[in-house]
Amino acid sequence: MPQFEAGTFDVIVIGAGHAGVEAALASARMGANTLALTMNLDMIAFMPCNPSIGGPAKGIVVREIDALGGAMGRVIDKTHIQMRMLNTAKGPAVRALRAQADKVLYQQEMKRLMEDEENLSLHQGVVEKLIVEDGVVKGLLTQAGGIYRAKTVIITTGTFLRGEIIIGDLRYSSGPNNQQPSIKLAENLEELGFETVRFKTGTPPRVNSKSIDYSKTEIQPGDEEPRAFSFETKEFILDQLPCWLTYTTAETHQIIDDNLHLSPMYSGMAKGTGPRYCPSIEDKIVRFSDKPRHQIFLEPEGRNTSEVYVQGLSTSLPEHVQRMLLESIPGLEKAEMMRAGYAIEYDAIVPTQLWPTLESKQIENLYTAGQINGTSGYEEAAGQGLMAGINAAAKVLGKEEVILSRSDAYIGVLIDDLVTKGTSEPYRLLTSRAEYRLLLRHDNADMRLTELGYKIGMIDEERYGRFIEKKQRIEDEIARLRKVMIKPNEETQAAVRDAGGSELKDGIRAADLLKRPEMHYEMIAKLTQSDIELDEEIKEQVEIQVKYEGYIEKSLQQVDKLKKMEDKKIPDGIDYHAISGIATEARGKLSEVRPLSIAQASRISGVNPADISILLVYIEQGRIAKISV
Amino acid sequence: MEFDTIAAISTPSGEGAIAIVRLSGPEAISIADRLFRAPSGKTLATQPTHTIHYGHLENPWTEEIVEEVMVSFMKGPKTFTREDVIEINCHGGITSVNRVLQLALRAGARLAEPGEFTKRAFLNGRIDLSQAEAVMDLIRAKTDRAMDVALGQMEGRLSKLIGTLRQALLESIAQMEVNIDYPEYDDVEEMTRPMMLEKAEWVKTEIEKLLQTSSQGKILREGLSTVIVGRPNVGKSSLLNSLVQENKAIVTEIAGTTRDIIEEYVNVRGVPLRLVDTAGIRETEDIVERIGVERSRKVLKEADLILYVLNYAEALTGEDALLFEAVKGMNYIVVVNKTDLPRQIDMEQLQELAGDKLMVTTSLIEEEGIDQLEQAIADMFFEGEIEAGDMTYVSNARHIALLHQAHQTISDAIAAAEMDVPVDMVQIDVTRTWEILGEIIGDTADDGLLNQLFSQFCLGK
Ligand SMILES: Cc1cc2nc3c(=O)[nH]c(=O)nc-3n(C[C@H](O)[C@H](O)[C@H](O)COP(=O)(O)OP(=O)(O)OC[C@H]3O[C@@H](n4cnc5c(N)ncnc54)[C@H](O)[C@@H]3O)c2cc1C
Ligand SMILES: Nc1nc2c(ncn2[C@@H]2O[C@H](COP(=O)(O)OP(=O)(O)OP(=O)(O)O)[C@@H](O)[C@H]2O)c(=O)[nH]1
Ligand SMILES: [Mg+2]
Repeated sequence: MPQFEAGTFDVIVIGAGHAGVEAALASARMGANTLALTMNLDMIAFMPCNPSIGGPAKGIVVREIDALGGAMGRVIDKTHIQMRMLNTAKGPAVRALRAQADKVLYQQEMKRLMEDEENLSLHQGVVEKLIVEDGVVKGLLTQAGGIYRAKTVIITTGTFLRGEIIIGDLRYSSGPNNQQPSIKLAENLEELGFETVRFKTGTPPRVNSKSIDYSKTEIQPGDEEPRAFSFETKEFILDQLPCWLTYTTAETHQIIDDNLHLSPMYSGMAKGTGPRYCPSIEDKIVRFSDKPRHQIFLEPEGRNTSEVYVQGLSTSLPEHVQRMLLESIPGLEKAEMMRAGYAIEYDAIVPTQLWPTLESKQIENLYTAGQINGTSGYEEAAGQGLMAGINAAAKVLGKEEVILSRSDAYIGVLIDDLVTKGTSEPYRLLTSRAEYRLLLRHDNADMRLTELGYKIGMIDEERYGRFIEKKQRIEDEIARLRKVMIKPNEETQAAVRDAGGSELKDGIRAADLLKRPEMHYEMIAKLTQSDIELDEEIKEQVEIQVKYEGYIEKSLQQVDKLKKMEDKKIPDGIDYHAISGIATEARGKLSEVRPLSIAQASRISGVNPADISILLVYIEQGRIAKISV
Repeated sequence: MEFDTIAAISTPSGEGAIAIVRLSGPEAISIADRLFRAPSGKTLATQPTHTIHYGHLENPWTEEIVEEVMVSFMKGPKTFTREDVIEINCHGGITSVNRVLQLALRAGARLAEPGEFTKRAFLNGRIDLSQAEAVMDLIRAKTDRAMDVALGQMEGRLSKLIGTLRQALLESIAQMEVNIDYPEYDDVEEMTRPMMLEKAEWVKTEIEKLLQTSSQGKILREGLSTVIVGRPNVGKSSLLNSLVQENKAIVTEIAGTTRDIIEEYVNVRGVPLRLVDTAGIRETEDIVERIGVERSRKVLKEADLILYVLNYAEALTGEDALLFEAVKGMNYIVVVNKTDLPRQIDMEQLQELAGDKLMVTTSLIEEEGIDQLEQAIADMFFEGEIEAGDMTYVSNARHIALLHQAHQTISDAIAAAEMDVPVDMVQIDVTRTWEILGEIIGDTADDGLLNQLFSQFCLGK
């Protein structure tokens, strides 16, 4: 294959899945001359699994991406078929938005956005090899012989590395959804010294909507209230499509029992580690054999298609068994299976090989983001893509690196978990992974991150202006509520009674009255005769900040402690093996992870407080290199 | 980690009548002021530095006067640690010092790790680098084998109970988490307020029970109860004195409940001992009968370890045989003392009586054999032969402080739930309680919750 010079860029992003698109857009936005180079331009931001974006924790990530100037929120706002706010009956910390996507529209909209972005080129090509000189990446080589040169490179190849699809005893080399796998690139990464693991995930069958008997299922409509992920969205899609709910039956379970020996997971054919949080239907029935039925959600894949995603039925049983399974489910008795479910195994790199910027420790200027780093999920991929894009561009442009703390964002939690602890299964964000989830809310993602977004050039002046104004309005309103006294007059007492609370004995500050669980902002606004017109978003934040002040304060105190430990930086290049006081296991872990701060070091499993104390002693003395055994 | 305020008992060597609780860190003064009441009503913060003040300590939660004290007040940087330092001088008994320490911990200080004051002095540039290795050793003492063994032995009671409490909390937490992360799964029952309240109340009651037992003098029993027995004049008191002398720096003297029994606290090679000398047993009285006296028998029965002393210069008697009978089935070490004198004892016969028990020969007067004895004690302990019957060890103070914290957070959770605060907010305090209880038993592994989540519930697409 003759080679040719194909171009020179500041940043090249390999792959245009959910990680790749955010990485490329962010890098270009930051002002770096960027190329997105991907296998198939018709598959940009393709969703190989659920046609859905958001949900608990993940939905908050989408808000964070938006607050930092990323794309996912804006695009799904334009292309969803349904949106719902989840956990509305619970506290504010765990509210989360989820959208059902029109899969194809989502892809088209994302492609359009990329094409329209200044500084961003979009090329089709299959990358086979990185060009690395003296431990620094310089560019890459494509299948067609193109030599692309770049100052930094971001790999976002998802589940493609040595991908293998498994259905029953059928097993073949393939990327997701029968796209071509990336074998050469996987081999190249191995040659370059990357340690990899073998992971596995799966997807359920799709059926034709026309063959479903919906009368046997329950309807699941979207919210009537207009919803949006992006803080900037002002136009809402009101015409929504419902999803549908049905259940597995005793017959379904019997079929699985009878055919378990044909399942690659149980016959020993599949070797990769699958995620615990999305087991296949065969897994669920084996592990929870006492459960009489499991939920099955039917989710349309878009407005212009009849394909319906059968959520809950992820499987890699042989195709003929999958048909039998469908037939055993109410509403799907006559369902025509358009695509079979399958499992896919792939290589992921061990993420402790990365710095918290997502730059590789062994190869300078090389970044990786998305499922290649051992995660699973579109939002997890997008969040990493965004941060890798920001950091790769920052490096080229000579700007400071950007690392989100665990107290800043779910994205911070995600990346810190990956690079500090690694993962033994495909990693999914859960709200329980965040220590400060009361601070990491859906509603305040902009308050947490937009300032930063502006500072690094991801947010333009106009949007920043709007943000500052919003922030001011929230602060003013809170200040007002803290000042205004509410008298215990008849109007007040009636309002309190109606809300189900006990009458006031005395006058009370508006903020204090709002703290009562039964009181809401609207009532207080009325009692204080406020004529200020505020957006719903602002009211929501005012109410949350006042109502949960005590809890927020507690969390902030913990964050203070964390920040102090984060401020204690560990200089790079410490020879941990030379520090005699540290336990052997901890020395090994520290040498592997090379934490940047004491806070990060203390989160490494196997490093205990005594080791941290000793490490501190050496660092504070500034004499690390000189002390030996 | 570095900037919090630490506290510990730091009894000066030699003197036993006064004990000192030392605090160091940015909060030292405010913590002291929370507890200290001067007759003048003045706070320490308003006083000039490096001054000593007389007054009382008050328990701010009960407003009860706890102790009469002298408090020295030293502002950094002219202190040992270069931080603000408070030293509370109180009466020497272990009970009162412990009480003062408990108060300081409840008021916001953290129990210092071994060597931590020194470490701070070092970090703050008080001590030079040449002492680094010594400091390292001190820090390492935290993971000292003694600690591990002690923790291991606690497993029986405290750890099991705490484990049960944590498991109950964990199940609720996991259920709440699943409600949050998988909102439309019908598999999982919604965690309701009454359900949560019920669990939380139960946990709170159990913590209260634990706290009660800890204040009922359990603190008095810090260490392996080690009883020295033997016929009159064989050298029991001398043995006690030798062990104490050798380990003087870390001994706290405490008067026995009666004159008959003398107790000394001593740390032998990392093993905490409460030495009991069964002194005062009169020559004229029949020893076995004497042991038959209620209290003495109790002492023997409660002993974790017995040091049975014999005289090298006297032949074995019937009394010895009876004593061997009395300690049968217990952990004991045979100490043959006075080897500087001519031998009268029949070593072979003795060996037979002792069976496979360890035997050490000493001459306490010549200061010989004490090392071997100490080694024997340490070996027995670390090899797990001696089990502490009722040991809560030094971490006692730490455990109690943590239990108080756990009590606070679970009470907060209950109060919030009663006020109709959303369940997932209430959960913040429930989770915190679970974490604090975990610190008590040294279990801070954070994947516990995720494991629970995925094993308890069937989730997924
Ligand atoms: C079958 C299946 C089931 C899944 N199930 C779930 C689930 O249930 N829940 C969940 O949260 N997530 C699931 N996922 C994961 C989710 O789809 C991914 O996490 C997410 O899409 C990852 O985004 P990414 O950008 O990292 O990779 P991808 O979206 O896979 O994008 C990779 C990109 O890299 C390009 N590429 C690959 N190799 C090359 C090369 N050599 N040269 C140039 N371009 C290349 C590809 O063309 C593509 O554009 C599933 C994925 C699959 C395949
Ligand atoms: N020669 C010699 N004398 C010793 C030794 N140890 C103790 N003695 C002496 O033996 C005498 C008795 O010692 P104590 O320690 O009082 O003995 P005891 O067992 O406590 O005696 P009672 O309390 O009376 O039962 C004292 O005079 C000690 O000095 C030793 O190793 N060699
Ligand atoms: Mg005596």
